Amino acid sequence: MSFSEQMSQLLTGNNLRFLFDGLKLTLYISFVSIVLSTIFGTILAVLRNQKKGPLKFLASLYIEIVRNIPNLLWIYVIFLIFKIKSTPAGIVSFTVFTTAALAEIIRGGLNGVDKGQKEAARSQGFSNFQILIYIVLPQAIRNVLPAIVSQFVTVIKDTSFLYSVIALQELFGKSYILMGRYAQTSQVFAIYGLVALMYFVINFSISQFSRWLSRNWA
Amino acid sequence: MFIIANSGPFALYRWEALLKDWRLFGDAFLYTILLAVGSLIVAMLLGIFFGSLSAMHNKLLNLISRIYVEFFQNTPLLIQFIVVYYGFPLISPMLTFSTTTIAIICVGLYHGAYISEVVRSGIGAVPKGQFEAAYSQGFSYGKTMRYVVLPQAWRIMLPPLTNQIVNLIKNTSTVAIISGADVMFTANSWSSINLNYIPAFALAGFLYFILCFPLAKLARKLEENNKKAYTR
Repeated sequence: MSFSEQMSQLLTGNNLRFLFDGLKLTLYISFVSIVLSTIFGTILAVLRNQKKGPLKFLASLYIEIVRNIPNLLWIYVIFLIFKIKSTPAGIVSFTVFTTAALAEIIRGGLNGVDKGQKEAARSQGFSNFQILIYIVLPQAIRNVLPAIVSQFVTVIKDTSFLYSVIALQELFGKSYILMGRYAQTSQVFAIYGLVALMYFVINFSISQFSRWLSRNWA
Repeated sequence: MFIIANSGPFALYRWEALLKDWRLFGDAFLYTILLAVGSLIVAMLLGIFFGSLSAMHNKLLNLISRIYVEFFQNTPLLIQFIVVYYGFPLISPMLTFSTTTIAIICVGLYHGAYISEVVRSGIGAVPKGQFEAAYSQGFSYGKTMRYVVLPQAWRIMLPPLTNQIVNLIKNTSTVAIISGADVMFTANSWSSINLNYIPAFALAGFLYFILCFPLAKLARKLEENNKKAYTR
């Protein structure tokens, strides 16, 4: 088989659609996980930033344990708990891990808000809770938004583990299946190149967006 | 209490089985450390090389470094593993590597990109005036770097570098997917035979934790020291 025959056999509309379905699942899982993790991460960051108390201890415990154990292990653990190979299980395992990562990022943002802001708000009669919601959090989130966006890149890359552990056919899974079907060397490398390019275009755009945010916005 | 101890996923006998096979996990732990040290050496060499390229005043060298960094930072580590593990032997049987070699090269290349960024931004964080002052005193580029810039950049680079080592240790677990007998793989394969999932993964988690937690703590301490040193 000539090279062009090999390529025309591989690059059919069906195969490309197959890969794009995988990309859609990758982006769906990553996006939902990032949104959930930002919410939970904010809560954990606020709890850990308290002066003392059992909640501070529990939040620190969660963050340190989860952050210092590989993401892959959490995917295994969540699968063993749920016993199901499904998209929700994938979302849960990434939310568990990313929550801890984002909590530390957001905590950095909370600590970066100037003390004078709190004092000014208190002098105007704001309660502690109001200060947090209206004064501190909006500024903190705004400051760390670039870092949250670039965490998105990490999540998209790491979702490639999901195929090996729970057989979810995200982008990496789809490409692995295709590699098994088209065993010619040039075809395998064409699939690799194509998938690497798809990841690269998405992730590079996101990281450029993150850089743009940190220059122009935060 | 009695029931929990004798049946179910937390049962006592499962932990005893783990204790009996401790040697297996001990070997796996040493293998993970071997992979981490090996890939750290590769990553440091690549990171320092490409990081210095990006700090030079040469557009072409900067571009080469940029391409390397952006490629590895924006594509999953796992697809690098698969292409070397599965794709390279298709080109030629000569390109068949052991699992260990593949892991060290792939993790090294991947984290080399991150370390390169750490080096670049560390050098970039040293104020321009420092370079100018050194040049005005007749220092060459090399001497400026050696005596003026790098000693200052080093302090800035150390905390993110330590964080990168933590990420590198965690990412060595990717080798489990191509059946390298590290902590992750051993936990998974051992427990899939005897169904002692809870003890196996608890131990695996613990082993990663004792490697990563002290380093993560150190990184935070170094960062705080820097903050104190630079804000008076």
